[in-house]
Amino acid sequence: MKLFSLSSLRRGADMFSIRGGIHPETNKYLSAKSPIEKMPMPSIIRVPLQQHIGAEAVPLVKRDDLVLKGQLIGKARGPISANVHAPTSGRVIAVGHFTAPHPSGLPVATITIRPDGEDRWGPHLPRLRPEDADPKDIAQRVMEAGIVGMGGATFPAAVKLNLRERYPLHTLIINAAECEPYLTCDDRLLRERAEEVADGIWIMAKALGVEKVIVAIESNKPDAIEAMRRHILAAGPNARVMRVPTLYPMGSEKHLVQTVTGLETPARALTAELGVVVHNAATAHAVHKAVRYGEPLISRVLTVSGHGIKRPANIEVLIGTPVSEIIDHCGGLEGEPERILLGGPMMGLPIQSLRVPVIKGTNGILALQKTESRQKAAMPCIRCGGCIKVCPCGLMPMEMHARIRNDDLDGAVDIGLLDCIACGSCSFNCPSNIQLVQGFNYAKGRLAFKQSQKHQQEETKRLADARNIRQEAIAEAKRQAMAKRKAEMAERKKAEAAAASGAAPETPKEAAE
Amino acid sequence: MTVRVVSSGPHAHSMFSVTQTMAMVAVCLAPATGLGFYQFGWPAILLFLVTIFSAVAFEAVCLIVAQRPVARFLLDGSAVLTGWILAMTLPPWAPWWVGTVGAFIAIVIGKQVYGGIGQNMFNPAMVARAMLLISLPVQMTVWVLPDPLGAAGAPDLWQSLAITFGGGGDVDAVSSASTLGFVSAQLGGGLPLDQIMAQTFSIRDLFYGHVPGSLGETSAALILAGGCLLIAMRIITWHIPVAVLGAAAALSGALHWADPASFPSPLWHLTSGALMLCAFFIATDYVTSPVSARGQLIYGAGTGALIVIIRTWGSFPEGAAFAVLLMNACTPLIDTYTRPRIFGRDRKGKPLEIAKGARP
Ligand code: SF4
Ligand code: SF4
Repeated sequence: MKLFSLSSLRRGADMFSIRGGIHPETNKYLSAKSPIEKMPMPSIIRVPLQQHIGAEAVPLVKRDDLVLKGQLIGKARGPISANVHAPTSGRVIAVGHFTAPHPSGLPVATITIRPDGEDRWGPHLPRLRPEDADPKDIAQRVMEAGIVGMGGATFPAAVKLNLRERYPLHTLIINAAECEPYLTCDDRLLRERAEEVADGIWIMAKALGVEKVIVAIESNKPDAIEAMRRHILAAGPNARVMRVPTLYPMGSEKHLVQTVTGLETPARALTAELGVVVHNAATAHAVHKAVRYGEPLISRVLTVSGHGIKRPANIEVLIGTPVSEIIDHCGGLEGEPERILLGGPMMGLPIQSLRVPVIKGTNGILALQKTESRQKAAMPCIRCGGCIKVCPCGLMPMEMHARIRNDDLDGAVDIGLLDCIACGSCSFNCPSNIQLVQGFNYAKGRLAFKQSQKHQQEETKRLADARNIRQEAIAEAKRQAMAKRKAEMAERKKAEAAAASGAAPETPKEAAE
Repeated sequence: MTVRVVSSGPHAHSMFSVTQTMAMVAVCLAPATGLGFYQFGWPAILLFLVTIFSAVAFEAVCLIVAQRPVARFLLDGSAVLTGWILAMTLPPWAPWWVGTVGAFIAIVIGKQVYGGIGQNMFNPAMVARAMLLISLPVQMTVWVLPDPLGAAGAPDLWQSLAITFGGGGDVDAVSSASTLGFVSAQLGGGLPLDQIMAQTFSIRDLFYGHVPGSLGETSAALILAGGCLLIAMRIITWHIPVAVLGAAAALSGALHWADPASFPSPLWHLTSGALMLCAFFIATDYVTSPVSARGQLIYGAGTGALIVIIRTWGSFPEGAAFAVLLMNACTPLIDTYTRPRIFGRDRKGKPLEIAKGARP
């Protein structure tokens, strides 16, 4: 049931509202005024081979190889994977494992490069004129350039561009909502490089074959909206900028589609099934560079912010730059921040070690003080309904959490655990400070584990069955061979006997037979 | 390097905590309570303090017995609030032990035996009120006329101590009937309604609160103001109050329209007794009310209708406590049947169909 809400009065006629959502303090003022600056060459670069959703790339270099800037050093494996390129020229000093930029801190396959400081380009990707290129070639180029979704989802962009082969598409939505607090990198990108972004959008729209393009920007970024409006013609005649309400999680793909088009994506379906594809603004910029200039994705803009950073800034860094060097470039840490995150405060991941590198999907480095995270000891649930009110997915977080605590995972799934997008709105709003999302993540992990265990059991059973069948077959073959041999033996013996019968017809052995 | 917090997101939190929420509710209750203090004088203040003190003390004892962190749980303010609301529903000159017994019932029987905050099924203050009403029908229905603090006839502090802690001073001298009790009794006696109404308080008095009644329930106006503040501060949503008042007004309106001689007007219902307090502060108790907006509408409508039904046909003149308790019992059921629709699914939980004409 749709209940009256005040925001419906403020909404433009062509916009649709989503349920729930929260208004956290955005704290974007910390870094919104700093223009994008280029980070000086780091002393070391560590490029993980898995920076995307999908299969890990295969390393193409070995220790002591010299690599040039833009050289392919990791090759995509399988349909869902992404190429990895050398961010600068230098010597490969290790191809091995290094701590992942992830809370687990587990090691991942990583290529470590010692920059030679010359930053010498290797050959660029061949030129492509998007004006008369085939959509397939554009997608191919995006694939070669190793571009992934740069809003944090890191899904290979080319796979999404190829959706046109499977679904009739009509709209491309550019997600520049940047609803996560603190982050300002997309904002700055649009303000300073609107023309390039618009060109990237136009290229993607061409690759997708869509007629409509909508650039969605949250209302708290008026400068970005203005800059984009100025250059929107470059994105095509049917492109327009839409000012969407400032509301977290506006940047969630399905919710953005609903806000902009009014279409609600069915559970477990892709937005492409409705004819809509969503790409991030930074991804459009990367596409522009790849198609127009043949530059693979080797750098990105990210926001370094939080009250734990001395000089919050927006910085263009090479993929693989260690977090510690970026923080040092921003004046270092202020006091003793309580936590360091990669990404925004709502969905970002805390890291333990500052030596980890930034990757293609890292849109922010935040150092938060205790006063910013406001984490307190959890109290019992008072059933205030605060979590339900803000859940953009219409779930009942308190009930799911209660079921998970009672170890009733299936019960939690029944009421929608798998529809949760882990946006964190519920935990944010819970007056009892219950770590709801942590519970959901735990449960999802357990479910995945169970699933894989079940899968494993089935696999083991299948293998065991196969082995049994094989052994059975071998045994059968042996038996048959035995029987055959026996028969032959008997045959031979009979023949021998027949031959010998003339000589010694009455031996007792023969009689026994 | 220092060990940093590694926990799941989000790494931000709203400024609200349970303690702040409870404090806000207290702020919104303050005007009506203040008027109660002013009208009923020192005995009311003493009773109020005794009730809250007892509630906190019982809570502390229970927490110690249950081996929970006492300071952290006491600071959530829920015991204070329970005591506060209970005190507001008591007759202002009731002896101290009524408050203490009430607090015991509310905190220990109504809340802690279920497992403490968040676990109880019934509104603790209403459990206490209902039990007191049944077991102490005399003490719970002795009302006094408003006698402003400092006025000529009002008891001073010493007399008040005698009223609250002594054998209950000279209460009879000023006792009166509440409008609910009076109308109910007279209707039972067979008098036509317009005559009865002429003898009791005007709607205007009921609205502003110059009438005998429970400590904090007399002024519909101040409770309404506090309630609106509560909604404005987003502590509660409008659903429950509007549903309670709307259902009560609709049902009593229909009855009144059908037979004005035996059923009082909806305005009288809305302004008298505990209805207003119930709509904004009692039925909206988080723990015992449904969590979804639709559920709250159903629950509120049920409560409002039940209050009018009990007032009209029940054996008690006021039905707020019983109505709330009855609807509390329905809350789990309502919650189950009013789950919000999940994004991308229909009400039954099936994924949405992709409409043929989906292209905009
Ligand atoms: S994290 Fe999941 S349950 Fe919580 S608000 Fe977001 S979608 Fe809803
Ligand atoms: S917001 Fe927290 S306290 Fe309120 S119902 Fe949800 S889980 Fe319970």
